[in-house]
Amino acid sequence: MTAQRQTVQTWRRQLHGTLVILKKNALLYYLKPPVLIFGVLFPVFFFLAFKMGRPITPENVVPGMVAMGLWFTASAVGPLVTPWERRAKTYERLISTPVSLHAILAGDVISGLVFGTCLSLVPVLLGLVLTNASVASVPLLAAGIIMSGLSFASLGTLLAAPPASNPSNIMLLSNLVRLPLLFVSGIFLPIGQMPLWAQWIARLSPLSYASAVMCSAFGHPAFFPVGLSLLMLALFTGGFFLASCKFHSMWRAKGL
Amino acid sequence: MEAVIQVQNLTRKFGDLVAVDHVEFGVYQGEIFGFLGPNGAGKTTTVRMLTGVIDPSEGSVTILGHDTRKESLLSREHIAVVPEEANVYLDFSVWKNLMLMAELHGVTRDWRRREAERLLNTLGLAERKRQKARELSKGLKQRLMLCAALVTGPEVLFLDEPTSGLDVQSARLILQIVTDLNRNGLTVFLTTHNMSEASEMCSRVAIIDKGRIAAIDAPEKLSSTISSRQYVEVRFAGATPDHGKLESLPTVLQIDSDNRTYRLYTKMPGQVATQIVQLADKSGLEIMHLSTCKPTLEDVFLHFTGGSREGGS
Repeated sequence: MTAQRQTVQTWRRQLHGTLVILKKNALLYYLKPPVLIFGVLFPVFFFLAFKMGRPITPENVVPGMVAMGLWFTASAVGPLVTPWERRAKTYERLISTPVSLHAILAGDVISGLVFGTCLSLVPVLLGLVLTNASVASVPLLAAGIIMSGLSFASLGTLLAAPPASNPSNIMLLSNLVRLPLLFVSGIFLPIGQMPLWAQWIARLSPLSYASAVMCSAFGHPAFFPVGLSLLMLALFTGGFFLASCKFHSMWRAKGL
Repeated sequence: MEAVIQVQNLTRKFGDLVAVDHVEFGVYQGEIFGFLGPNGAGKTTTVRMLTGVIDPSEGSVTILGHDTRKESLLSREHIAVVPEEANVYLDFSVWKNLMLMAELHGVTRDWRRREAERLLNTLGLAERKRQKARELSKGLKQRLMLCAALVTGPEVLFLDEPTSGLDVQSARLILQIVTDLNRNGLTVFLTTHNMSEASEMCSRVAIIDKGRIAAIDAPEKLSSTISSRQYVEVRFAGATPDHGKLESLPTVLQIDSDNRTYRLYTKMPGQVATQIVQLADKSGLEIMHLSTCKPTLEDVFLHFTGGSREGGS
């Protein structure tokens, strides 16, 4: 067999492995209580806490809600899977199969993306049906959801790297990262109206760029240009995924 | 003969602790290779390095010629692992557990379905294929683990304490199936504390202690290496001989006695047995039972691990 054919076959096998992991995660983890609480209930209550009693037109809230929904849902699956598998002692068997750690993590990321994408359609549809919001560019909205979902899901997978056998420890860590960023990423307050130091922190958050893409997709003014936002989301995805491969590989033997 | 598993200079350190210290051995095609050792001896760490779960600090492992570090995916394609603690997906049914493992190993749809049906029948799980794994008893979970390993069509099977804590029926069934598969060419790496299991099943065993291989050979050869632990067991009816007379028999190294039964340790059990018969004849004693015995694998294990009777890691 030529080296090229062997490489193609290896990639095919690993891609297949990624899809098997995706199927496993969807069947096992989408309905686990931590995913539902931190991925679905959190954004709903944040929305209610933000919206109630404030004179904001509903259609202006929709892009932020879509971005926030994605932020919580896409990044909720990753932090659960590895710690859960470590605790259930299935992790060791999983990493002794001929599926590489990269492919396993890619499966985790895509699980987060699929979960986030499906649930982000809820605020999109509610926004379109219940408010005067309208989508200015469907391709941009689709690209925004996919790119944002990928970067958030990669962050979730990275947060699952520390060798904790108790999923609640990792969920705590993930909320320590996710919650503060929510307030400096232009969801509740436009980035342009924030103090200068907060605007600089906003530049370090993938949620800021996701929020900017959603604003553009719904025809609202955005703090960052669309091209830059999509590029930054791609860079965040790559960076988080590579870091996640590195740390998962480094700590894979701990806590077995 | 080329080794299916070749371990060279294998070392694993955790900080200052050397868990596995320059271990070397080979496992050949069609062998059942026993891996024995007390708690903390380095068994689990070694197995984890062989199965590619952790990387060695030094040295190398090859599985069917594939280095577990440089060609980790290729090496893992040939193996299946049955860990001591059943780690099936509890929320999946028996069938889904099998399909998941087969799919992760890239087994084709038709083959995995046919093979899964066959294995479920063989291991007595056919009627439970729709049942969730969490509803199975420990013995049935362990059978499911074996099914999930075998459905991937491995060439090398790693079994870690496969019968530990199981009911007799499950334990026997698992051992019988492993023995049958081995007869058909499957190479088995068996980690166990059960000496009679190792002695009965394994063509060779390695004893690891404090991270180093203390002994490695066929069980009967290992037994003969500690020839001083051979003994003659004799039981008298009625009167018993003077302890001093038995002790003074040539080549007797040590005597243990219990009621009317004496165990005389010697390197030459045949000669001592003859002398006992002569002594009994002279002294008018009646022998009820006389036998010569070789050391068991348990004696060998205790000899090489400094007499520790602890269980495994």
